[in-house]
Amino acid sequence: MNVNIVLSLVAVVVLGALAFLGGSAPVLQGVFGIMIPYIAFVMFLGGFIWRIMKWAKSPVPFRIPTTCGQQKSLPWIKHAKLENPSSGLGVMGRMALEIFTFRSLFRNTKAEIKGDRISYEWEIWLWLGSLAFHYSFLAVLVRHMRFFLEPVPAAIKFLEAADGFFQIGLPIVMLSGVILFAAAGFLFARRVATPRLRYTSLAADYFPLFLIMAIALSGMFMRYFLRVDIVAVKELTMGLATLSPTIPANIDPFLFVHLFLVCVLFVYFPFSKLMHAGGIFLSPTRNMANNNRAKRHINPWNPDLTFVTYEKYENTFREKMIEAGLPVEKES
Amino acid sequence: MSDKGKIVVGVAIFAALVSFPFWYNTGTAKPAPELIIAPEAKAAGACVLPKDQMAKEHMQLLDGWRNSVVREGQRVYVAESGKQYAMSLSNGCLECHTNKADFCDKCHEYASVNPYCWDCHVNPKEK
Repeated sequence: MNVNIVLSLVAVVVLGALAFLGGSAPVLQGVFGIMIPYIAFVMFLGGFIWRIMKWAKSPVPFRIPTTCGQQKSLPWIKHAKLENPSSGLGVMGRMALEIFTFRSLFRNTKAEIKGDRISYEWEIWLWLGSLAFHYSFLAVLVRHMRFFLEPVPAAIKFLEAADGFFQIGLPIVMLSGVILFAAAGFLFARRVATPRLRYTSLAADYFPLFLIMAIALSGMFMRYFLRVDIVAVKELTMGLATLSPTIPANIDPFLFVHLFLVCVLFVYFPFSKLMHAGGIFLSPTRNMANNNRAKRHINPWNPDLTFVTYEKYENTFREKMIEAGLPVEKES
Repeated sequence: MSDKGKIVVGVAIFAALVSFPFWYNTGTAKPAPELIIAPEAKAAGACVLPKDQMAKEHMQLLDGWRNSVVREGQRVYVAESGKQYAMSLSNGCLECHTNKADFCDKCHEYASVNPYCWDCHVNPKEK
């Protein structure tokens, strides 16, 4: 068994157990239900901004987009506007496709030795898996806003209705939760099943996957099997959102497992690879127009030198030049 | 050059989105609803299941009743005590729990639970 997998799994299990023990002790419910969520929120938002602003300090002297198509050129040569954008609009289109449809992943290929030659094949599963993962996670996150908003906006009720469209069982199964768990499971299985991927996978790759799987599982367990008192849960979360936190009397201790794991994810987020959520906006090979030739880009750290022009030189030395018989442009 | 200006705008939008619950709720948040049990229900003394079990399982019980009535034609529920109840939302549950707004809707609305019971059933008091 791979040590990275075991360590990550043990870490998630220990964290969950810790939260269950803490949540079961009435004295510690304030810590797990109020203190830690606030700390997690501040660390998430603060850490996120800190990380982005650190990246924002990087100078951008020159355009380095990856060009995957024909550059804007002569009018009769067809310009690939998205693959090689020449303007801000093209860049916005390219970035939107990247952020909303993960276009770079769509182009994923795998190299394999077949017989005596290497063959490259289009590999779509990573793209499908991550699309399912990210969109179901988004749906889950937005659906959870029902716990933090009062009255609940119609848009969130609509999303809930769409998510439970098939009306399976009661409480109605929310498809996004199931897909989230399945997709995270697939992304994990993918890392384990492919030897090259397993070799390059670290604990930092497995831990967030296990954490998110544990969050999804604990949430589904509460909704479908424990059926915790949802009014008490909302009382707790609304207390947090209105800055007047309380611990309701009949809160289920298992809620703290879910809540604490979410807090761990929030704290972990800005300091880990999960920051690709913010980083994708700053991908230098995607977010720049390829206008290196069309526009002049001046290096921002060029030293401020004073140059001597020939005119100035001649002005200084004109008399001596005339004396020595050298040709001058102006006689006086 | 650097893109600091644009990035600051993006970060500001992000911070506003993340902190949305904090400024959405200011001043408007209602306290958690109190369950009000109608006098008719109090007079009846006991529900078909113990109270805490009802709180957790009423949705599954009603789902089971629905299947039983619609698919099997079986309309009688026998409680643990041996007492028989009609498997009916409008003529059973709501006979005792006459205050649908205070007994059902309040909590459902608060927790944004939208049961589809009322797509077909009516509250006899509202007719």
